[in-house]
Amino acid sequence: MSTPKRIFVKGNEAISRGALAAGMRCFFGYPITPQNDIPEFLSQALPEAGGEFVQAESEVAAANMLMGAAACGIRAMTSSSSPGMSLKQEAISYMAGSEIPGVIVNVSRGGPGLGDIGPSQGDYFQSVKGGGHGDYKLLVLAPGTVQEAYDLTIKAFDLAFKYRNPVLVLADAIIGQMKEPVVPWVPENRDPAEGQDWGLQGAVNRPPRLIKSLFLDDGALAGQNLKLQAKYQAMQAEVDQELFLTEDAELIVVAFGSIGRIAKSTVRKLRAQGKKVGLVRPITLFPFPSDVLLGLAKQGKRFLTIEHNMGQMVEDVRLAIRTVADSAFHAQLPGNLPTPDDFEEPILKALEG
Amino acid sequence: MTQEIRVTNYPEVLTDRPTHYCPGCHHGTAHRLVAEAITDLGLVDKSILIGSIGCSVFIYNYLSLDAIESPHGRAPAVATGVKRARPDKIVFTYQGDGDLASIGMAEIMHCANRGENITTIFVNNTVYGMTGGQMAPTTLVGQKTTTCPGGRCRENEGMPIRMTEIIASLGGVAYAERVAVNNVKNIMKAKKAVTKAFEYQTKELGFSFVEILATCPTNWHMTPLQANKRVETEMIPYFPLGNFKDVLAKEEK
Ligand SMILES: Cc1ncc(C[n+]2csc(CCOP(=O)(O)OP(=O)(O)O)c2C)c(N)n1
Ligand code: SF4
Ligand SMILES: [Mg+2]
Repeated sequence: MSTPKRIFVKGNEAISRGALAAGMRCFFGYPITPQNDIPEFLSQALPEAGGEFVQAESEVAAANMLMGAAACGIRAMTSSSSPGMSLKQEAISYMAGSEIPGVIVNVSRGGPGLGDIGPSQGDYFQSVKGGGHGDYKLLVLAPGTVQEAYDLTIKAFDLAFKYRNPVLVLADAIIGQMKEPVVPWVPENRDPAEGQDWGLQGAVNRPPRLIKSLFLDDGALAGQNLKLQAKYQAMQAEVDQELFLTEDAELIVVAFGSIGRIAKSTVRKLRAQGKKVGLVRPITLFPFPSDVLLGLAKQGKRFLTIEHNMGQMVEDVRLAIRTVADSAFHAQLPGNLPTPDDFEEPILKALEG
Repeated sequence: MTQEIRVTNYPEVLTDRPTHYCPGCHHGTAHRLVAEAITDLGLVDKSILIGSIGCSVFIYNYLSLDAIESPHGRAPAVATGVKRARPDKIVFTYQGDGDLASIGMAEIMHCANRGENITTIFVNNTVYGMTGGQMAPTTLVGQKTTTCPGGRCRENEGMPIRMTEIIASLGGVAYAERVAVNNVKNIMKAKKAVTKAFEYQTKELGFSFVEILATCPTNWHMTPLQANKRVETEMIPYFPLGNFKDVLAKEEK
């Protein structure tokens, strides 16, 4: 490997470059702010890399194209932002039901409805609780920096194939539009036979393969659901989070993505003033770091969840620690851009209890 | 005492099992035409079937091919993804009229217009068969269904959509033909059209489309014979048979 060179790029470009580094062969997009840099970048870079770029007629079509391409056992991706994500949900449910490993990127924006084009974390429920119909889960990765957007996009492809499950990268307009230095890297030793043992390729000298989510025979759907649940259980091993100054903290701030990163600045500032605060930033939203939070709760710590929405992840925080503690909540209102100063008062208030 | 007379070979790709289709339903005939075309052209181990939602959702039980099931109407988008991932394979969708001409209208139009090098077999039986015979975009004026019990009314529901004509008007289309399978003569013509559609895909000429006018005796409340007759007397006059686009024919002129 050559010596790593730093590049200075937007989060959207980092996601695109991460996908190329991961060996993505097909991308299906549709214009929507604030993710447009992804299809724009890939419309040139992907064909140059020997892949296929399609601007679909809608997010519905883009998600279904992803389903078809990924069903062939190749690495494929689609990206969108909140309103477009709503349209993709039917296909995502089918992908989960038929165990197809595509990567979906949501550079989320404010809602509900047309909302605005600024950052928001209003899609947390949609991302981690299903989004479409039926009992299913996506692996959900939430980058807090542009470097992490690059890294997690690569990881998304690996996890998708490891579990044959769709993986969602949940960023927001801050991560997507912010420029930061990134050290690009290319994963080594990828399995050349990945996806070959189950993907669609034409039944050459073997029985045909069938990829489907319809199970009508007696007990078949129950069996498929049990199989999926066992897979979601196994995914718990992938849980990941950043812990910042939690050891001696009296108050734990829980925040993800861009808000986790902004809250970290606030925590750092308050620490300088001698305030005993720390931060847990979930990096995987599914699986959720419930055990880590419960462990901290058992040490007698208090909790404040901060989100760029009206209160979504806080439900999972409360669920995780419910036997020993509760979590306060601070809503950064959608449509308003937060600064580290905005979080000082709510954190101090929660610290005082 | 009956004697079995084999009048034709059994195409390799057609599985030897009874279908779930109602007596007199044309889906079975349409399946066989696809099976024969794929077998005759030697494409069995190269083909990928994109199923759709409708009575034909179980087509993968009858065609022994690599297959995927798509959401209602989205088969052309799924096929686009498959073809882009596996450009050297033969990719085709098999869709009903509710699936293709209503909920999936955007996907079929853009797939055809992009000239995706795939084949679509469109089975038009003028109703939503699987859900119990509701009105489809292809339901004929005056035809009674469960959601237009007084008969389709032009003022309220508009005119039935002629898909092959619309598809033929799009730039990326190499071949578009409408056929019927209500008698032997029409079946022979249909076989030619279906085979040609797949052949054009092997030649990478662009999108190929065959609309098959079909019966749904169950939801038409007819016997199979009456239903066959209706294809002739009511459907063909509104949905004329024939070729509407053939890029090779144009070049020959
Ligand atoms: C999103 C969605 N909407 C509705 C349905 C219900 N549905 C199943 S089959 C079908 C109609 C299919 O009719 P057609 O495409 O004409 O096929 P046919 O059964 O007549 O061959 C509908 C509406 C569905 N499965 N998914
Ligand atoms: S309901 Fe109609 S389309 Fe469906 S199998 Fe029966 S006859 Fe065929
Ligand atoms: Mg129909």
